[in-house]
Amino acid sequence: MSSHLSKQFDLELESIRTRILQMGGLVERQLMAAIDAFNTGNIEAMQEIIRTDSEVDAFEVDIDEDCTLLIARRQPTARDLRLVMAISRIVTDLERSGDKAAKIANKSRKLHRAGSQRIPRLTDLHHCGGLVTTMLQGALDSLARMDVDAARQVIQADKEIDAVFNSILRQLVTYMMEDPRTIGEALDIIWIAKAIERVGDHATNIAENVIYTVSGIDVRHTGSAARKAEKA
Amino acid sequence: MSALQQAVDGEAILAVRDLSFYYGDFRGLNQVSLDILKNKVTAFIGPSGCGKSTLLRTFNRMYDLYPGQRAEGQIIFHGSNLLDRKQDVNLLRARIGMVFQKPTPFPMTIYENIAFGVRLYEPLAKSDMDERVEWALRKAALWEETRNKLQQSGLSLSGGQQQRLCIARTIAVKPDVVLLDEPTSALDPLSTAKIEELINELKSEYSIAIVTHNMQQAARISDYTAFMYIGELIEFGNTRELFVKPKQQHTEDYITGRFG
Repeated sequence: MSSHLSKQFDLELESIRTRILQMGGLVERQLMAAIDAFNTGNIEAMQEIIRTDSEVDAFEVDIDEDCTLLIARRQPTARDLRLVMAISRIVTDLERSGDKAAKIANKSRKLHRAGSQRIPRLTDLHHCGGLVTTMLQGALDSLARMDVDAARQVIQADKEIDAVFNSILRQLVTYMMEDPRTIGEALDIIWIAKAIERVGDHATNIAENVIYTVSGIDVRHTGSAARKAEKA
Repeated sequence: MSALQQAVDGEAILAVRDLSFYYGDFRGLNQVSLDILKNKVTAFIGPSGCGKSTLLRTFNRMYDLYPGQRAEGQIIFHGSNLLDRKQDVNLLRARIGMVFQKPTPFPMTIYENIAFGVRLYEPLAKSDMDERVEWALRKAALWEETRNKLQQSGLSLSGGQQQRLCIARTIAVKPDVVLLDEPTSALDPLSTAKIEELINELKSEYSIAIVTHNMQQAARISDYTAFMYIGELIEFGNTRELFVKPKQQHTEDYITGRFG
């Protein structure tokens, strides 16, 4: 994309873009660390993740303010306007994803501190964590490169996560029926699985915003977002 | 892609077809076609020298005043081509009025600034004329400020008031179309806001075409926007669409400030 006549405008846009990607990188690390800590039971790591969530929040406030300021100062139009609108929405999705990482850490800490021997080992949960991490990476990648094809793939991938999540639920229900003493632990794991599944939704939102920025087509709530994206 | 046939929906008050314009040998407009819709605001944007003011000036044959300038093509207004030699230019300018960049009140009273033009077309009795002057001043949102000083000179008003006086003068003869050539570029932000508000109110009765260098103004007040560049119509369409998702790269570069 060629540059603006106003160099300062370029710098302001670039600064917002850089920081949303930094924020994305931080959220991605938080998510990976949370899933890893759940698997390994590393309490120290969990505490670190919960502490670091305030850094994610600070990014949100900071980037939002800069978007507001840029609109007031520059009155962006067309693609610039779509980019600023998209970033202010993406910031919310990233902040929520960060919350989910903290939630995973929090629930894991509770489970492992209790030292429960009744934590069900679910390979599907492991699988789901990997998928969501890849999805979030894909969404951030599509944002960094403004790549509509990559964004489409992210939207597609969400279907698989929803399927895996349903499978996890069914397994946990079976656990609980077989041995009611596992109900407490199983519920905590459902919270964790739900948090992971929600990050997939946020990654989808990010990808939809990338498509909007590049093509001007709003694919949200279309039910067939991926198909619409084909036309973009 | 040809911008010539880009359609907008609605009843056209002015239908411009294959319009070219020449300043001597220099071609200032090249085969422009578009519709100015009834009771809508159409804005013309583009860099200096793109032809937007030239186009506006063809709508009421302002160029007739200058030798060596000529237009080719058609501008259909109420079923006939207003570029025809037979066209009564004075009558045309009463039906298609114009307001210029710099306020141009006549050096006469506020009252006479308005009555003068009306008298040329309609022989009104004094009381009817009083009513017409008040009506026009009210329409132009200037009545409250001037009702007690109608006999003062129009030149005694502030710049923003003078411009509203010019708008009152233009609508006093009840035209179909009002042409505005950079009407606020010499005004402060508050006066500008008043004129913009006025444009929005006037469009229920008039069709308005406005040339502006202020893109945000075009985005704020117009229903349709035409982007022009070096005498060509590059893109014409819904203002909502054009400022969020323009079809032409050229338009995008211009409205985002990437034009080199």
